[in-house]
Amino acid sequence: MKVLSYDPELCVGCYVCEDVCSETWFKVADGEKSSIRIQEEEGKVLLSATFCNQCGTCIEVCPTEALYRDKRGIVRLRKKLCVGCLSCVGFCPYGAMFYHDDQAEPFKCIVCGKCATECPNEALAVIDVETPPQ
Amino acid sequence: MSEKKEMTRRVLAEYTYEAPPVERGYTGQTLYVNLSDHTIDAKPVTDMMKEKFVGGRGFGLWRLWNGVNDDTKWDDPENEIVISSGPCGGTTQYAGSGKSLVVSISPLTDVVIDSNVGGHFGPLLKFAGWDALEIQGKAEKDVIVVIDGTTGRVTIEEAPDVPVDTHLIGQWLVEDMAEKEEDRYYMSAVSAGTGAEHTRMGCLNFSFYDRKRKAPRFKQAGRGGIGTVFRDKRVKALVVKSPPVKGDSNHPADQARIARVGAKLHREIRDYDDEQNQMRRGGTSYLVTIMSDYDLLPVHNFRFGSHPDAPKLGREVWKKRFTQGIPDGCWYGCTIACAHAVDGYTLRTGPYKGQTVIVDGPEYETIAGTGSNCGIFDPDAVLEINFYCDTYGIDTISFGTGTAFVMECYEAGVLDKEKTGGLELTFGNADASIELLHQMGRGEGFGKIAGQGIRRMKEYFVKEFGADPQFVQDIGMEAKGLEYSEYVTKESLAQQGGYGLTNKGPQHDEAWLIFMDQVSNLLPTFEDKAEALHYFPMFRTWFGLCGFCKLPWNDVVPPDNAETDEPAKIPEHVQNYVEIFSGVTGREVTKEDLVNMSETVYNLQRVFNIRLGHGRRDHDDIPYRSAGPVTAEEYESRAERYDSQLQEFLGLDPAGMSTEEKMAALREYREDQYEKLKDAVYARRGWTKDAVPKVETLKKLGIDFPDVVAVVEKYL
Repeated sequence: MKVLSYDPELCVGCYVCEDVCSETWFKVADGEKSSIRIQEEEGKVLLSATFCNQCGTCIEVCPTEALYRDKRGIVRLRKKLCVGCLSCVGFCPYGAMFYHDDQAEPFKCIVCGKCATECPNEALAVIDVETPPQ
Repeated sequence: MSEKKEMTRRVLAEYTYEAPPVERGYTGQTLYVNLSDHTIDAKPVTDMMKEKFVGGRGFGLWRLWNGVNDDTKWDDPENEIVISSGPCGGTTQYAGSGKSLVVSISPLTDVVIDSNVGGHFGPLLKFAGWDALEIQGKAEKDVIVVIDGTTGRVTIEEAPDVPVDTHLIGQWLVEDMAEKEEDRYYMSAVSAGTGAEHTRMGCLNFSFYDRKRKAPRFKQAGRGGIGTVFRDKRVKALVVKSPPVKGDSNHPADQARIARVGAKLHREIRDYDDEQNQMRRGGTSYLVTIMSDYDLLPVHNFRFGSHPDAPKLGREVWKKRFTQGIPDGCWYGCTIACAHAVDGYTLRTGPYKGQTVIVDGPEYETIAGTGSNCGIFDPDAVLEINFYCDTYGIDTISFGTGTAFVMECYEAGVLDKEKTGGLELTFGNADASIELLHQMGRGEGFGKIAGQGIRRMKEYFVKEFGADPQFVQDIGMEAKGLEYSEYVTKESLAQQGGYGLTNKGPQHDEAWLIFMDQVSNLLPTFEDKAEALHYFPMFRTWFGLCGFCKLPWNDVVPPDNAETDEPAKIPEHVQNYVEIFSGVTGREVTKEDLVNMSETVYNLQRVFNIRLGHGRRDHDDIPYRSAGPVTAEEYESRAERYDSQLQEFLGLDPAGMSTEEKMAALREYREDQYEKLKDAVYARRGWTKDAVPKVETLKKLGIDFPDVVAVVEKYL
């Protein structure tokens, strides 16, 4: 199955990935609408990235079965079934299910690969993994 | 593949409407349905109603107050059943935001009962266009009422093929009333059962569609016999259908505020539920062993507070029986998710013997009431009773506490096999208890007598069987006519008041002060107790005005709660509720305002009880079993504690006294304490010594309406 992967050693902190993601999915360059978040951590030199690793914990907490795993193994959200309860946002072990007030349904990385294509330093890549991460 | 039987439905009355948009939690109208003359109409929700009564129980009481007469009895056509959620009901972001309140005149107490319930009916009713549903009158023959918010149509229909027992209604709802799977999502039914027809302790079942199980599930408006009123009105089911539910279906004033605290609480539950109460795995069953450890679990009709077999009914057992990993919230977004079920349970008795069913529960109250209180420690017996109580529409608490009373009477020789028609109703005899339940379902035998409830059983046993009136009065755990819920209050004066000084009867809905009082000793003086018996009933009432469930308030707590000023109030969660209420309604409120909102509704309910002929000081009397040891055996089981109390509080030397003398002294002291508690609480609530709300109190609360004042003036 496909997941996004990130190498902090190659990340230069340009935040182009955030812009590309939010532009693709929300038609605006806004880090709050990106499904990848680059973060500085106090006392650390390297940056870190938060994005969905397709673990699927959210599928179990969703009360409407709006979350499911597609043919590529990627966890997807059926907006039509979503009641906007944000259980998935709260229960994601990685904080990788995002929510913005402009939209009732949460959003997450679905491994479209745009950020990997645009990253100037190849810090991001779409890779194959055997099974969902724990 | 079975052929679907064509269901006959004959429309008796029809009403079409355009569902108004929900605005800040309100549709602005309530639905009135009269089963006698087939009136169906919309009544406006006024600004005054929103301001003074908010919603939920407040709307229910207001409609009922205006709908009945001073002498209306529970089985008069004028009695009403009013169902309302509240402005915050239907919110999906915050755990526990889908509750409804049901209000009626109770067949057990003859005063107002309010009963709170989960499931989807209340919120879907709102999204179908109605802030409340008011049912009055009586149908000539069994009917269903269907409220379709997608087509804007309300009908009263004769539907002879529709079953009566709830699990069959659930099947009918999803198979006959829904064309496709998606149609089932936004439908809900209210139903009772055949047991509600033959007892005074009928409950209402509120359905929700469980998408993972692909089956209907049920929560209960258990207390007070509203299911009995429902069947007396010859209603088989209320059905609501609404458009799809979305995160902003309440059209809140400020969605962002709600989303913020909702996500925060989800995270808190994610991080702490496992190490706190494990609601997501075992529901309220965690209470069984804790209560037993603290000597608070009712055993053998509240005689004792613990039992070595309590772990057989404890959380670890139930976690294995409940199917794990299913989002068991009874409204969308509740991540406390405590509405667990036992799947694939095969019934071994009764009319549905052999059927494999889903058992909704059991909850703590059902386990303690039908289990330990009756000396039964077999989980399968509790499951069998739980299922049949639900499908028959019988309150598990009244059934449990009522059966425990019967068992003590049996063991004391008040009853025998002849009097019970062959049922050996001794503590621990699960088969006899289950058969008693089936008799209630059929309306036969001793089940008919037991189904009348403890108050009427006492009268019957005295009159027909020569029972000692003092004995049955002392051990019959009912107050105001309603059976006690499942906590042993003997050693907590505050909780004796928490049960006894209620409006509706001894239901823990109003106050749960046992830990604060008995375990943590935070309420040493009368004033402390009176303050707690003002704050907590008022604060807990507030949930029922808005559509909130109380469990997310205190069954999970933030990690730093113990360091706050008033940990028992869970201040961070109270602030969450302020955020949501303001976020939905646009009304800026503070923590202090919440209690003020409830005081209005609470006082109206008290005046209502007085209007119906009760509601005064003696209405708050309690049976002695709730306050102290009735039998020598009970005294001896806690002799050390009681002896030291005689020394400490009464300056007596227990060494020179017989058990009977000690019991008499303790009783006099405790009964006097309770009377003093009444005085302190009534004063704090702004009532007279006779428990009548003073006019200045009604004025302060803005409900000094002429007809309200007229009721209290007689007693001032």
